[in-house]
Amino acid sequence: MTSDRYVFPHRHLLGIEPLSQQDITMLLDQARAFEEVCERPEIKIVPALRKRLIVNLFFENSTRTRNSFEIAEKRLSAEIINFDADTSSLSKGETLVDTAMNLEAMHPDLIVMRHSAPGAHALLSRHMKASIVNAGDGAHEHPTQALLDAYTLRKRFGKLDGIKIAIVGDIRHSRVVRSNLWLLTKMGAKVTLVGPPTLLPLEMKATWPMVDFSYTLDDVLPEQDAIMMLRAQFERGTGAFIPGQGEYIKHYQLNAARMKRARKDVAVMHPGPMNRGFEITSEVADGPNNVILDQVTNGVPVRMSVLYLLCNPHGEQVP
Amino acid sequence: MSDSHAPCLLDAQQMEAFLQRLCREIAAAFGNDKSLVLVGIRSRGLPLAERLANMLKATLGKEIPVGVLDITLYRDDLTEKAGSPIVRPTEIPFPLTGRTVVLVDDVVFTGRTVRAGMDALLDHGRPRRVWLAALVDRGGRELPIQPDFVGLKLEIPGTQRVSVKVVEVDQVDGVFLEARG
Repeated sequence: MTSDRYVFPHRHLLGIEPLSQQDITMLLDQARAFEEVCERPEIKIVPALRKRLIVNLFFENSTRTRNSFEIAEKRLSAEIINFDADTSSLSKGETLVDTAMNLEAMHPDLIVMRHSAPGAHALLSRHMKASIVNAGDGAHEHPTQALLDAYTLRKRFGKLDGIKIAIVGDIRHSRVVRSNLWLLTKMGAKVTLVGPPTLLPLEMKATWPMVDFSYTLDDVLPEQDAIMMLRAQFERGTGAFIPGQGEYIKHYQLNAARMKRARKDVAVMHPGPMNRGFEITSEVADGPNNVILDQVTNGVPVRMSVLYLLCNPHGEQVP
Repeated sequence: MSDSHAPCLLDAQQMEAFLQRLCREIAAAFGNDKSLVLVGIRSRGLPLAERLANMLKATLGKEIPVGVLDITLYRDDLTEKAGSPIVRPTEIPFPLTGRTVVLVDDVVFTGRTVRAGMDALLDHGRPRRVWLAALVDRGGRELPIQPDFVGLKLEIPGTQRVSVKVVEVDQVDGVFLEARG
């Protein structure tokens, strides 16, 4: 029956940008079934991707994203190879394409990759038969983070259409924000980007004209259903764009005093890792409004959903 | 989908009679078993399990818990057709360990769905025993699996499809014979 089958029209997940509303809805709907697997009392594993080989190729440090993918892969019974950039031939001068060709020779079904260069994934996808999942490329996209954020929001509010969300902080350096902008605007959420002028590139208006921009968190806070705090990325140079940490904290830190202006049931999100005491205080991060650990929990079923749909794009199982 | 020209193997009334027979057989075997639960295999197995539970309640005067099993992630057979089968949640809101489980499916054919169903079920606990009820056994088994409770038993050639329709999903009750698409 056609209604029991979905043709996911993409071989790779390079970003949220190419996905349709229907693709996103399908990924999120399927994640609900995988969440049930993750919540089972004992055997949290299904044989769906048995005999599939997945390579985790991380050229940039990542603990939670990589662990989350690895748990998702294990729960789907995939074979896993972890390929660490530090220990690989890359440090011996091998090019990305050569690395890719060597991996290709091992016939993986899917590659989960993080790389600092935007477009590295697109390059790789042209050289390989395997499906590529972008686990973060520079300041470009981080699609599975946006999907798990959307899943968390949808669980909380029952929908994405019409919900109001402010994304606050270092908009300039964030790949999380770009993937979230694609996803949230496609799904009808009302997004406001908030940050100091130096970290809030107004040229983003050209790509996302329906999004609001604000330099004043206190002004936009009261009407939001959700607030997504971004991590100050000191390693990517956030520090050079702000006059001082004290000034930033004064205007943009999410703290208990500021939370008084927000709706009582506002959802507080953060993609992690947090700089406690900088963009968010512990009181708020651990407070009753936070869904930060829900985001982490939801990452596994959402990634299972992505892996399942990509590993199974042309195959169909019959009764 | 529902094809009004498809030959009808059972109409709504006959289907009801066969379900009543399944109910009587299950009641005779497990009527005194306090641990009895029904688990329907998605998608048509669920409404059938719910109806059997209602009939059993009328017969036995007690509630029989009903769960639903989605076996998509446990299937073993691939074809050339495009698309991923949609996965829906499994909902078994009671512990299975130590219980008598009657697995309910609409049609038993190759036995592969039931095989996947047993694997899925056993990942949720360790039942004391698992028996199988099917509204239609159409023959054509590829695995050594036989239903314990059967409504209609027929030998249908592999070129044809036996389609069970239920009001809850298809707006009509009945069992139909269709060309395999």
